[in-house]
Amino acid sequence: MEKIIAVKGLKKSFGRLEVLKNVSCDFTSGGVVSILGPNASGKTTLIKSILGMVIPDGGEILFQGKSILNTFDYKRNIGYMPQIGHYPDNMKIGQLFKMVMDIRQQDAVDTELLKAYQLESMYQKTMRTLSGGTLQKVSAALAFMFNPDVLILDEPSAGLDPLAAEALKEKILEEKSKGKLIMVTSHILSEADEISDHILYLFEGQIKFYKTLTDLKLETGEQKLSKALTQILSSPSC
Amino acid sequence: MLKIAKYIILDIVRSKVLLAYTLLLLAISLTIFLSDADVTKGLVSITTVILIIVPLVSIVYATTYYFNAAEFTEMLVSQPISRRNILLGKFIGISSSILLAFFIGVCIPVCLFAFSATGITLMISGCLLTLSFISLAFLTSTITRDKAKGIGLALMLWFYFSIIFDGLVLLFLTLFADYPLEKAMIVLTALNPIDLARILILLQLDISALMGYTGALYQQFFGSGIGIVFSLLMQMIWIIVPLFFALKIFKKKDL
Repeated sequence: MEKIIAVKGLKKSFGRLEVLKNVSCDFTSGGVVSILGPNASGKTTLIKSILGMVIPDGGEILFQGKSILNTFDYKRNIGYMPQIGHYPDNMKIGQLFKMVMDIRQQDAVDTELLKAYQLESMYQKTMRTLSGGTLQKVSAALAFMFNPDVLILDEPSAGLDPLAAEALKEKILEEKSKGKLIMVTSHILSEADEISDHILYLFEGQIKFYKTLTDLKLETGEQKLSKALTQILSSPSC
Repeated sequence: MLKIAKYIILDIVRSKVLLAYTLLLLAISLTIFLSDADVTKGLVSITTVILIIVPLVSIVYATTYYFNAAEFTEMLVSQPISRRNILLGKFIGISSSILLAFFIGVCIPVCLFAFSATGITLMISGCLLTLSFISLAFLTSTITRDKAKGIGLALMLWFYFSIIFDGLVLLFLTLFADYPLEKAMIVLTALNPIDLARILILLQLDISALMGYTGALYQQFFGSGIGIVFSLLMQMIWIIVPLFFALKIFKKKDL
């Protein structure tokens, strides 16, 4: 499979706190990678480094073979859904979508989520009046809108109602079948269990393991990801 | 760059704070012009008020807006645009909105009631002052990570330029009273965008005679073509330099 993102020896510290300590991993297209780990293990920092929002102290990130340092064009191939979306207060939903299209110089190709979440009927609402869940829906719709090769979703289902979370999950599986790379951080293991192909477990800024879900289950002899994880993390060898 | 500016203008124009600022400026200009038959006196009064309010509102509003839109900036960075274009787009967007308020609140009344060389100087200096304090606001916002600290620093800068700086100049004058300080005074003036604006406007009013020997020297220097070019240039530097550093910091900043 084609290697789409390569992270090599990534280091980042905020002040005295080392958030990422020499992280190296490759991501290939056509699969869902769940990035798991306790709070403050560096999940979001890893994602933000790939997006160029955090500038690493050491190491490099290659996107389709090219270093991303000081470039921005590669972001055309990435759809990003932040943990909490914030948009200009006085802007309406419709205007926001138009603006992002205008900035990216791309047309909205994929409006499936937009329709599933019935956002079109809310085009006239201003961002300030939206609830947290609706904002998440807007962020999700934006991430998928331009049919990017890579999708990066930071805690996508936090704040979404069950129906919306289900729609998002189906969308993720659908995009996976089209051969896209989807990176998801999450704390909800049952959800990761359903959608992931690979599990990347970060702990205190280092990769504890990076395996396929099936390998993980085989090794531990467990049927559920949550049980497999508990077993691996409690064994002293790890 | 211009696209981001366009969306920021569309966002700010709808905010009530900017409307309030416009109305405040308009109210000040109109009351002064309507209550005083002497247009020159009116211009002096407006200058005094403007030199306090314009820098304060520009720096505080730009800083607040910058921090309130921090997550939006984050979203923009995740899109395929360079950081340079994001920051410059923001600068153009915020400054054109505040300039628009200044234009409606001050420039239009001045054009109607007191269209003269002094009036024009007042308008130009006001615009440049607005821009330089927005530029300073960008510097404070990129230096600090925290909204409260950012606004605090912005207020301190304003306090320094409008009050403390004059105190320091006075101290300097008393300490070195035995030396010829006229040239040094011109250099000192250039270190404060508010003073630059004040002197340019006052010199147009021919009341520099009241300012004694230094005033005469100011008149000789700032009244001449070179002096005007010099002070305009200095004001441009006050716009460009802070923005340049803000850009440099922003390119390396973690969001």
